[in-house]
Amino acid sequence: MSDTAFKPLDRNGIAARIARDIPEGWFVNLGIGIPTGVSDFVPEGREVIFHAENGVIGIGPAPAPDQVNPHLVNAGVTPITLRTGGAYMHHADSFAIARGGHLDLCVLGAFEVAENGDIANWARSPNEPVKQVGGAMDLAVGAQRLWVAMEHNTKGNGESRIRRVCSYPLTAKGVVRRVYTDLAVLDVTPDGFVVLDMIPGLTFEALQARTEAPLRRMPG
Amino acid sequence: MINKFVSTLNEAMEDLENGATVLLAGFGPGTPEHLVQGLIASGVRDLTLVANAGGRDDGPIAELLATERVRKIICSFVRPASVAARLFTAGKLELEIVPQGTLAERIRAAGAGIQAFYTPTAADTLLAEGRETRVINGRNCLLEYPIHGDVALIDAWQADRWGNLTHKDSARNFNPIMAMAAKRTIVQTSHVVELGELPPAHIHTPGVFVQRVLHVPA
Repeated sequence: MSDTAFKPLDRNGIAARIARDIPEGWFVNLGIGIPTGVSDFVPEGREVIFHAENGVIGIGPAPAPDQVNPHLVNAGVTPITLRTGGAYMHHADSFAIARGGHLDLCVLGAFEVAENGDIANWARSPNEPVKQVGGAMDLAVGAQRLWVAMEHNTKGNGESRIRRVCSYPLTAKGVVRRVYTDLAVLDVTPDGFVVLDMIPGLTFEALQARTEAPLRRMPG
Repeated sequence: MINKFVSTLNEAMEDLENGATVLLAGFGPGTPEHLVQGLIASGVRDLTLVANAGGRDDGPIAELLATERVRKIICSFVRPASVAARLFTAGKLELEIVPQGTLAERIRAAGAGIQAFYTPTAADTLLAEGRETRVINGRNCLLEYPIHGDVALIDAWQADRWGNLTHKDSARNFNPIMAMAAKRTIVQTSHVVELGELPPAHIHTPGVFVQRVLHVPA
């Protein structure tokens, strides 16, 4: 197969593609990694409210280096600002926002997504000595919808991260609604993955060749 | 006259006991670093530490763990490059990993007198292995128990002599709920205010949850 006919999106490209699909008025939590970049691509004037699970709702733009508030960080412990209308709350209330179904959307990074909506994003093996769960399990089951942002294939041997069944330990079962990769946008449906969008120059057949799980064309 | 202020770190940390469960607040900002120094200096051992994360290679949690006086840590994640990870790998530290929202809710539940609760978080994961689950309203849920502290170490921005507190911006994080969940809540505050100075509607942690307050100017 020829790799010259198309150019995969870079990480910012994936983030920008996601931002296009977030309507005004949604409350959104962005995970660490590719998802963090999504807020930079929401068009000015479209009011989307971003939540940080450490107790912030209404994240503003990144502060200038000389404007950093040492008391105000996001879930990655990176300095942030609060936009007008934003609010602070304690950790249990902040996770109540996530777990209680008050977020319209959560976007997480992942190692793998399966065709039934399973997500694996916290461990590469059940035997990893130290665990890095953080808030992903809470966000994955609690948000109204979960989208995943990740590269379609692994960097090393190009293995598909879009799977029939996840091979890594699950973060949550059957919760992913849509996946944005550097090659395509896939909806998770009762019939498996449906291709909503592909990057220019990529054919359905070339995409399927890079994907372990069977893909379907969008009906119509 | 009620006065919860103490004047020295030693006084703040008085009567800590070996084997205590210590709730340590903070998520970056909001960590009572001075009180952690007091905990280390007190020499108490066989501790169970409850914190959001297992710390790094340096910083307050790393320093505390490096004393090897913490038997077990309950937290939502451990960085692979950290004192906690090395102690765990060497068999010198027990580790209980709890999803962050479940951790917060277990602490809140302890403070609120809730004896247990069910949540879908982690119900279909490795963390649920060997534990009680139940399908509620069609969702698989995991039984979780409260986390009580013997001691909570808390950071505040302002405090009055009744122990009413405010917390600065996202430095609030675990502070109000950990203050609720411990038998003895010890606070370090950046600022001291007169009783009545804090607007009642703007008190984040009411003094009922607080036993001792130490002024540690920022």
